[in-house]
Amino acid sequence: MGEVIVITSGKGGVGKTTTTANIGTGLAKLGKKVVLVDTDIGLRNLDVVLGLENRIVYNLVDVVEENCKPKQALIKSKKTEGLYLLPAAQTRDKTSVTPDQMKELAKELKKDFDYVFMDCPAGIEQGFKNAIAGADRALIVTTPEVSAVRDADRIIGLLEANEMSDTKLIVNRLRQDMVKQGNMMSADDVVEVLEIGLIGIVPDDENIVIATNNGEPLAGDDSLAGQAYMNICHRIMGEDVSFLDLNKKGFFARLFGK
Amino acid sequence: MKFSDLFKKKGSSDVAKDRLKLVLVSDRSSCSPEIMEKIKNDIIEVLSKYVEIDKEGLDIRITQVENEEGADKSSPALCANIPIKNMKGQSKVK
Repeated sequence: MGEVIVITSGKGGVGKTTTTANIGTGLAKLGKKVVLVDTDIGLRNLDVVLGLENRIVYNLVDVVEENCKPKQALIKSKKTEGLYLLPAAQTRDKTSVTPDQMKELAKELKKDFDYVFMDCPAGIEQGFKNAIAGADRALIVTTPEVSAVRDADRIIGLLEANEMSDTKLIVNRLRQDMVKQGNMMSADDVVEVLEIGLIGIVPDDENIVIATNNGEPLAGDDSLAGQAYMNICHRIMGEDVSFLDLNKKGFFARLFGK
Repeated sequence: MKFSDLFKKKGSSDVAKDRLKLVLVSDRSSCSPEIMEKIKNDIIEVLSKYVEIDKEGLDIRITQVENEEGADKSSPALCANIPIKNMKGQSKVK
């Protein structure tokens, strides 16, 4: 029996989809069987981040409406063994699916996969409610900005109200140089404000832009972001991994020509 | 503001953190309208034992007050503005 994890943030554009794609890829590389569910009906994007956009036949709404079996809608990644995508419908809206239907779907997928990830849309409306419905735990993505952290706090409150107690934080797009200058909140600052456990710090890395352009998540490669994502994967699996030293980059990365 | 503060430039991350803490206090403390209505009615009920209240002019809200010890720290406070029409006679109060 697998686990269902929702990746959410409240605010849009903080990197939920990129995070979902990379964590999914990382866990698959670690030998787990993983399915990523795009719950952003009407604004799907997980397919392009994974480079699977040309292979969509059926989608989440088709599964829920029983136009096809769940297995028929799953797209198998060719690049990463063990990674599957259940894409969102693009021409429907969030009301096409109910939280009860999502619970049912989550229960089904759990039987066949080690990890089921729900990529949550921005906002706190129906799409959010659908995404969290069947989840066992939540990963909250934020960037070190006032607006994103504020929205994350709201999401944490809503998850608590829905009796989801296992919530962990990912601080995304951290710029260590700016933190040093005193012009960006550190991951510790964000943790202090939100009072929630930290599961990962992902540095702002141009390699992520390149990876997304190519439709190939970078989890597990030797870039800083790639390592950060892989560390999150290990922590999801319950391993104790120390946080990356982001200060290293300037010195060691240059030294070894990374 | 102290004179020495003019020379102490605060990093923008500290500003962000302080603003965030403030905004979260009000975000987190905002009660639902139903609860505020219940609090309001209970206050009216208790006070009506002793004084006659102008119910229309009653105003209750959650705000922030700065703590005396630290100027940059604040905590939520329930502020009520309750206009009194008449003090009730002492004889009615046991």
